[in-house]
Amino acid sequence: MVSLLDIIGPVMVGPSSSHTAGACRIGLFARALAGGQPGSARVELHGSFARTGVGHGTDRAIVGGLLGFQPDDERLRASLELAREAGLDVSFANTTLRGEHHPNTARLTLTRGDRTIAVTGSSIGAGRISITGIDGYPVEITGALPTLVFVAPDVPGIVAAATSALAGESANIATMRVSRRRKGGEAIHVYELDSAPSDGAVEAIRALGVRMVRAVPRVA
Amino acid sequence: MFDSVREAVDRAAREGVSLGEVALRAESEAGLRSRVEVEAALARALQVMRGAIDRGRQGDLRSVSGLVGGDAALVARSPGPLGGTLFTDVLSGALAVQEVNAAMGVIVAAPTAGGAGVLPGVLLGLGTRCRLDDATLVRGLAAAGLVGAVVAVRASLSGAEGGCQAETGAAAAMAAAAGVEVLGGSPEEAEHAIGLTMQGTLGLVCDPLGGLVEVPCVYRNATGAAMALAGIEMALSGVRFPIPVDEVIDTMGEIGRRMDVRYRETAGGGLAATPTGRRLARERLVALKGKPS
Repeated sequence: MVSLLDIIGPVMVGPSSSHTAGACRIGLFARALAGGQPGSARVELHGSFARTGVGHGTDRAIVGGLLGFQPDDERLRASLELAREAGLDVSFANTTLRGEHHPNTARLTLTRGDRTIAVTGSSIGAGRISITGIDGYPVEITGALPTLVFVAPDVPGIVAAATSALAGESANIATMRVSRRRKGGEAIHVYELDSAPSDGAVEAIRALGVRMVRAVPRVA
Repeated sequence: MFDSVREAVDRAAREGVSLGEVALRAESEAGLRSRVEVEAALARALQVMRGAIDRGRQGDLRSVSGLVGGDAALVARSPGPLGGTLFTDVLSGALAVQEVNAAMGVIVAAPTAGGAGVLPGVLLGLGTRCRLDDATLVRGLAAAGLVGAVVAVRASLSGAEGGCQAETGAAAAMAAAAGVEVLGGSPEEAEHAIGLTMQGTLGLVCDPLGGLVEVPCVYRNATGAAMALAGIEMALSGVRFPIPVDEVIDTMGEIGRRMDVRYRETAGGGLAATPTGRRLARERLVALKGKPS
């Protein structure tokens, strides 16, 4: 279903909905996963992001997202300078990621305090994104809905406990996905919700003894 | 939204309203947003378009690579043989928005960032010349959005998928519908304006130097706007295009699917692959990469 406002929009900083607006959203999503503004960020650009990213402002758009700027925020243009002022240390590298990746893909490794998180995301056209990896776990997140993410022991019963905790707080699940790197280790849980989870819902999840609980607001 | 322009024109005829009004009705019926919210979002888009035209016409912006900028002001200020006409307004408006886009300013993707200059150039050019109010211009945006939605479903709005015909070509078709809407033409006239415009952009390749949304994108927005003016003028004079508009849109999709990958935003063919195109891309991209970040 195509809406009029998908066609007449979004309002955005140019020059490219995929290389600029989508790149900014990947940065915004990663910032939320880190739990706020990171102290340092290593940005690796893959494919077309590596080839023409600088000319399209992809580097500045990603860093703008890491600073919390939206795709229509004119500060995106000056984000590299603003990052320095904000105490965000950024480094860039071109890379070829292993495996199958969309041509417009970036991997962000963010350090905040004593924690480091790696986020891989692709800009898949018209400003839409897909987050495809978190700390080596394969995921598939659009950012178009509020998203709850956590890492839990890979044991039976966690999904039931999590969904009942969410149900108890009236958070309706639109999609859910659990994936792991190996059997019996840990698994990442991703729940896309119809509305932002209440503080109570987030606390109820935390109480399950899981780690890295993050409620990411919609970024698209 | 609709799967075919024909279906929308039929509904407009049945209900005795314009294509833009049908678009607004269908959008609020879809249930995601109320009519008031849709109109408010389109009114904001109109303001952003206006702001981008004003900004670009100041003439001091340069693109990230430095390849483009300043031409909107040149067209607006220097009185050529067509100086001071609707035509110069439309051309400079389309150039201005696209120069702002290339300089990382704020624009409305309509339907994409690379084709964002065509619709504001035409719509606001007509708005100024004919002293149209914002409510009328919002209906023009709605008519344009309807056409873009049909193209998205039947063909493509991505240069990487369908070449420039899917970006500035689609934008020109949208602008043609908007123009007929705000000038008070009938839904049938809008239908023919879309067809007459789009037939002129079929086959247009996407061949940006160095893969950047700069050359020829900025100029192609201006020529796309000119194509829309031609379609509007012919349709409102009574010219009827014999191929139904939905078939023209399908043709655009088919040409896009068969188009060699070199002509789909990869900078592997067309103007991007000319000796000068390659040299400029090499010089500018190297210059960019050499910039301290």
